[in-house]
Amino acid sequence: MNRRNFIKNSMLFAGSLVAIPSLIVSKKAYAAWPKKSFDIKDLTESVSSVYGHSNLEESSKVKLKAPEIAENGAIVPINVSTTLDNVESIMIFVENNPQPLSSGYKLTSLSEPSIGTRLKMGKTSNVMAAVKSGDKVYTSTQEVKVTIGGCGG
Amino acid sequence: MSTIKTRSKESNGVVTVKALIKHPMETGQRKDKKTGDLIPAHYIQEVHSKANGKDVITIYWGPAVSKNPYLTFKYKGNKGDNLEISWVDNQGNRDSKTSTVK
Repeated sequence: MNRRNFIKNSMLFAGSLVAIPSLIVSKKAYAAWPKKSFDIKDLTESVSSVYGHSNLEESSKVKLKAPEIAENGAIVPINVSTTLDNVESIMIFVENNPQPLSSGYKLTSLSEPSIGTRLKMGKTSNVMAAVKSGDKVYTSTQEVKVTIGGCGG
Repeated sequence: MSTIKTRSKESNGVVTVKALIKHPMETGQRKDKKTGDLIPAHYIQEVHSKANGKDVITIYWGPAVSKNPYLTFKYKGNKGDNLEISWVDNQGNRDSKTSTVK
């Protein structure tokens, strides 16, 4: 392959990478990814945008494992599991983050209701795990104290 | 090289999957220290996992998930399952990896 062809081809390739997938992918991704819920800045509004209501029930069957004190707000390990049956989804809300909804996990009949991840937290806040089982939403809340925020430089 | 590292192990009919994904997870709220310009948001929005072609879990992430995100989940499965994990970010980039459950 000579150089001119190579450049031409690589540009075509790069162009198609940018143009075609972004058309198809973004359509697909945005259709499912709940942008509206992730943009909301208020906890109660965020909850009702996810579930269509804000009737939450605190339950000891929802186990939220989070550190009491997070030295580094950039990496806060969060684990959620539950003994409830027919779990449809697990959501994690961080009340004092710019957008409270941090992440959502849609389960299937194959999955076990146990998930874990690491979140960024700007400052000390309540972390709420919400588990949807049947028509009800069960929650468990814990405060995580943050010594160094995770949203700055 | 794949951006996804996985480790999955079966025990009593339940597979525990652990995955690490290499990704900046920029929130869009941070400023470049030198220029003072906002660094554009760049984060994974969806992670999807299938075992032997069947949906296991669909995950929606916002910018609050840490850089180089870590993920763990469990599903009812067996040793030797073909486990696929894929992600798509807000800029349309994507990657996937298939591994075998141990």
